[in-house]
Amino acid sequence: MSGQGEALTSSSYIQHHLTNLTWSVDGGWNAHDAGFWTFHVDSLLVAVGLGVLFLWLFRSVAKYSTVGVPGKLQCFIEMVIDFVDENVKDTFHGKNALIAPLALTIFVWVFLMNLMDLVPVDLLPIAAQTIGVPYLKVVPTTDLNVTLGMSLSVFALIIYYTVKVKGFGGFVKELTMQPFNHWAFIPVNFLLESVTLLAKPVSLGLRLFGNLYAGELIFILIALLGYWQLPLYFPWAVFHILIIVLQAFIFMMLTIVYMSMAHEDH
Amino acid sequence: MNINATLIGQAIAFAIFVWFCMKYVWPPLLDAIEARQKKIADGLTQAERAGKDLELAQAKAADKLKQAKAQAAEIIDQANKRRTQIVEEAKNEAETERSKIIAQGEAEVEAERNRAREELRQQVAVLAIAGAEKIIKRTIDKEANSDIIDKLVAEL
Repeated sequence: MSGQGEALTSSSYIQHHLTNLTWSVDGGWNAHDAGFWTFHVDSLLVAVGLGVLFLWLFRSVAKYSTVGVPGKLQCFIEMVIDFVDENVKDTFHGKNALIAPLALTIFVWVFLMNLMDLVPVDLLPIAAQTIGVPYLKVVPTTDLNVTLGMSLSVFALIIYYTVKVKGFGGFVKELTMQPFNHWAFIPVNFLLESVTLLAKPVSLGLRLFGNLYAGELIFILIALLGYWQLPLYFPWAVFHILIIVLQAFIFMMLTIVYMSMAHEDH
Repeated sequence: MNINATLIGQAIAFAIFVWFCMKYVWPPLLDAIEARQKKIADGLTQAERAGKDLELAQAKAADKLKQAKAQAAEIIDQANKRRTQIVEEAKNEAETERSKIIAQGEAEVEAERNRAREELRQQVAVLAIAGAEKIIKRTIDKEANSDIIDKLVAEL
């Protein structure tokens, strides 16, 4: 637990764990209510670090990949690639060189970010405090900005490919002429379809955030139990392994499904 | 928990990572996998073909072996026949040779007997003449009766 000398209550402990290390354009480090131009430095650093780790690992394997008998690491990487490729091929039937790498990046990156959840909750924050960093939130996917940043990027791709494949007219028509194909229903259709469209990125981002945030919160609560955390930590961590992989997979699968919907006419 | 510029930073990082993945990670790995899949498929078809070839070769070899056995049996059979033939021929030849030798021997014995008889006859004639001479010496001239004696000798 954080040993700042102040009286440490449960709520302040939790509060401390849920506070990001921020830097804002206006207020500098850790300013209160610094406005939109604030960066969660910890989330971004961990996220980018994990992304670089993922790309470095895969790139180094790709560089020395052989067609002959592969090594163990290459086998593992190829299993991941094959898994993603199979899912993309099953769901997405168009021809687009972006979808599979997009799915791979989402799957591995989100998985690694979720995996930070299994690091004991106090380990990295206390390590950071000893070198003078007051706050550290180590799981990027418990940061709504991170998950929404990804889901909105996917949303931008959905709109881009819808317009690219069906034309702007097709995009407008999809919003206004469904599900009731009559001009009188245009307002109703537009209401329904825009909600459907906007629900995609919001649900995508919130689902990942909600699952991981809740999981992290329970880890923090378990950490508050003193010695009781020892028998409780392990089952929750085991259970959480499932959530970690599942949420990464769901994010990837839904992205593929949305992209395939953007490419296909109804 | 506010929405702030972290979102933009994350989106930018996401875009860069996806671009890098699309450019430098996905294609070489997938190419390697697909190339290996093709290699394995080729290897499997080749193995299958080799198996078929082997089967064919084995059948061929068995066929050849059978043929060779049949041929060998035929040759042995022929040789046996030829042997009996040769033995038969040799036997026949020996038989004829034997009869020839026997006939020759018989002819020789016959000739010898004839010669001995001739000689005996002449000696008998000489003896008869000598006897007669001794008898006649006292009575008649040898010259005058020689023709009779010759006739007698011829009649013997």
